[in-house]
Amino acid sequence: MSTTPPLPGHQMPHEDYLNATYGIRSWLLTTDHKRIALLYLGSVTVFFFIGGLLATMIRIHLLTPTGYLVTPETYNKLFTMHGVAMIFFFLIPSIPAVLGNFLIPLMIGAKDLAFPKINLLSWYIYLVGGSFVLYSFATGGLDTGWTFYTPLSSIYSNSAVTPAVIGIFINGFSSILTGLNFIVTIHTMRAPGMTWFRLPLFVWAHYATSLVMILGTPVIAITLLLAGLERMFHLGFFNPALGGDPILFQHLFWFYSHPAVYIMILPAMGVISEIIPTFARKPIFGYSFIAGSSIAIAVIGFLVWAHHMFVTGESVYAALTFSFLSYLVAIPSAVKVFNWTSTLYKGSISWDTPMIYAFGFIGLFLIGGLTGLFLACLGLDIHIHDTYFVVAHFHYIMVGGAVMGYVGGLHFWWPKITGRLYPEALARIAAVTLFVGFNLTFFPQFILGYLGMPRRYHTYPPEFQVLNVLSTAGASILALGYLLPMLYLTWSMRYGKVAGQNPWPATGLEWKTDSPPPTENFDVTPEVTWEPYDFQNRPDLGLTAGAPSLAPAHGDD
Amino acid sequence: MHRTGELYGHFETLEQQKETATLGMWVFLVTEVLFFGGLFMTYTINRHAFSTAFGVGSNTLDLTLGGGNTVVLILSSLTMAMAVWSAQVGKVGWFGIFGKVRWVSIFLIATLVLGTVFLGVKVVEYKQKFDHHLVPGRGFDIRYRSEHPTASDNPKEIAAEKEELEKAFAKDPDINAHAQLYFSLYFGMTGLHALHMIVGAGLLLWLIKGSFAGRFTPQYNTPVEVVGLYWHFVDIVWIYLFPLLYLIDRHQ
Repeated sequence: MSTTPPLPGHQMPHEDYLNATYGIRSWLLTTDHKRIALLYLGSVTVFFFIGGLLATMIRIHLLTPTGYLVTPETYNKLFTMHGVAMIFFFLIPSIPAVLGNFLIPLMIGAKDLAFPKINLLSWYIYLVGGSFVLYSFATGGLDTGWTFYTPLSSIYSNSAVTPAVIGIFINGFSSILTGLNFIVTIHTMRAPGMTWFRLPLFVWAHYATSLVMILGTPVIAITLLLAGLERMFHLGFFNPALGGDPILFQHLFWFYSHPAVYIMILPAMGVISEIIPTFARKPIFGYSFIAGSSIAIAVIGFLVWAHHMFVTGESVYAALTFSFLSYLVAIPSAVKVFNWTSTLYKGSISWDTPMIYAFGFIGLFLIGGLTGLFLACLGLDIHIHDTYFVVAHFHYIMVGGAVMGYVGGLHFWWPKITGRLYPEALARIAAVTLFVGFNLTFFPQFILGYLGMPRRYHTYPPEFQVLNVLSTAGASILALGYLLPMLYLTWSMRYGKVAGQNPWPATGLEWKTDSPPPTENFDVTPEVTWEPYDFQNRPDLGLTAGAPSLAPAHGDD
Repeated sequence: MHRTGELYGHFETLEQQKETATLGMWVFLVTEVLFFGGLFMTYTINRHAFSTAFGVGSNTLDLTLGGGNTVVLILSSLTMAMAVWSAQVGKVGWFGIFGKVRWVSIFLIATLVLGTVFLGVKVVEYKQKFDHHLVPGRGFDIRYRSEHPTASDNPKEIAAEKEELEKAFAKDPDINAHAQLYFSLYFGMTGLHALHMIVGAGLLLWLIKGSFAGRFTPQYNTPVEVVGLYWHFVDIVWIYLFPLLYLIDRHQ
């Protein structure tokens, strides 16, 4: 661990976006992208809590082979509501709507997103959609699985499917409008000198994410609308009894819901691409390849959906094609991992908290990605389809990947968002706790799945108990790992050490304004004359070129 | 967000603001294509599976009303394009007792009127479907019955329809279920299109208000142009819906 040079005393800026205006109206009617990001931060945290609580109940239930806590029907509702809350209302908006919203205008030197009012509108749409879904949770729950397969969802389910479907339909427009806003902003709002290949990789990742949002989300919207109409008016689009085609529903559903995985992971990859060069003190290796691979993942991601349906009934040739295309996604993903690793090579690495999250991300994403290849393999997938192997795989991507990126990103930009540093020692402990808890929770599930334990069952044979108990034990450590940051980050908003403009220091444009930034982001529109991640030619960062110890200072250790 | 004249504070120039608004609408229209895309996909799959039932469904639609509506909508696209053009050149004319009026207001009102005519005709068509027991659900019945009023009073045509139905029943005994799929899609697609028309009419009202207040000048007319893009898109959707629902397989 590198030694820490003393931090010169910093002052909080006199006026910033947080104290420019006061009162509840100034927040609920704000069009400032930074405040809207904080509104989102609060609301996605609520859904994270709800989803987390449901997950806890699932894990407690699975402590014993016969099930311990709830009835089988309730168990179905638990995992369904866990999935719906986490996917549609936490993971998909998490990094884009919180960090992306806050950072994209700052990173490209703009005063705001292109459509500030639409940005606020999309938060309200999120709230309305979320309320419908919570109403469904509270009045009968939801037991269809987050996939809403017909005809279970449209005919047979006795739970509150209709409000849930309406809620997710409405929430889709929040996602569409966010994506639209980002794409237009990145096209038209860049500061002078901020060319496409000077954009931070975080922005590239969000551009790719936004493409998926605007092209995929409308399809899930219309699909769920049709399923909802079918349930409400007994129509037959997806009902075989009336001549409809349930497999068509699955095609339309996965046409969005597979790319949706990339809505979750691409922004996290963007976060990691910012953290790694900062704490390796090196320009990122292969900038244009990382940027291009984001776009490639978004594009190829649209061509692989039917690998969710290898056992549902599709022609052998379709299955072969989708299997091949699914393997193809591994290439741009591997390009990223190799480039991050190459950036670390001979870097001046410091073990700050965001960097620990970045390392965690790379390791977990690697496992999640490689097991994805197992599942893309036609022969093997028949064996492990719908087992805990799949559950473990996508939790490695979504929790190990997306949530690690989200929490890491929150730490990395926390000084910019609040103007204050979090307690470093505690944060490192939390990061390690999260990593350990996560692996203990989900690694046993790979083994369980490979041995044949099916997902979504509320009981299991007694020989699987040891692994299930391990998984539940891991989940409790994981919960601690999430609670810690919530506590100390909240604490640091008031008591943390003042961060100054650029505590790490990092090279992005967002670090050249005050922390927290003024409402208009920059006092003067900046002009970009430097290349991205170029530590050597940036005397303004206060680093001496080639100096061995470049670690930033912190308050508490 | 403060604003100076028509320029919002987070933009540097009016050109940048206009470019942003236009691009935003184009991106939105891309999502709309995908939104309708799901429906068109469902239509295509089912049309392929149940072509007999879908053909019979097409027969029950009123070609005169549908075709007339298509003309109305294309005309409304013309008046919308004229509205954008007159906003850009700032054309003003004398209209008798009303005195000096901007042409853009006239064309916007014409577009709104045509759009309302379209929606009115759609209401008439929907009512026919209710009268003819062609709304999916318990009372649905694709079979011809003398007590059902038909779209046409021509006895020759009614006889031809009856004969065609008998043939169709021989081909597809489950036609009553499959024709419900056709009408589910008919109401789904035209209903969603009509919803877009209603939104468009609301936007037109907002534009008309702005244009009477003199908001649109040759220097600043972005809202007219952006709503124009939307209006043309909604028209184009109908240009696809009309042949798919009314024309294909009609009276083989």
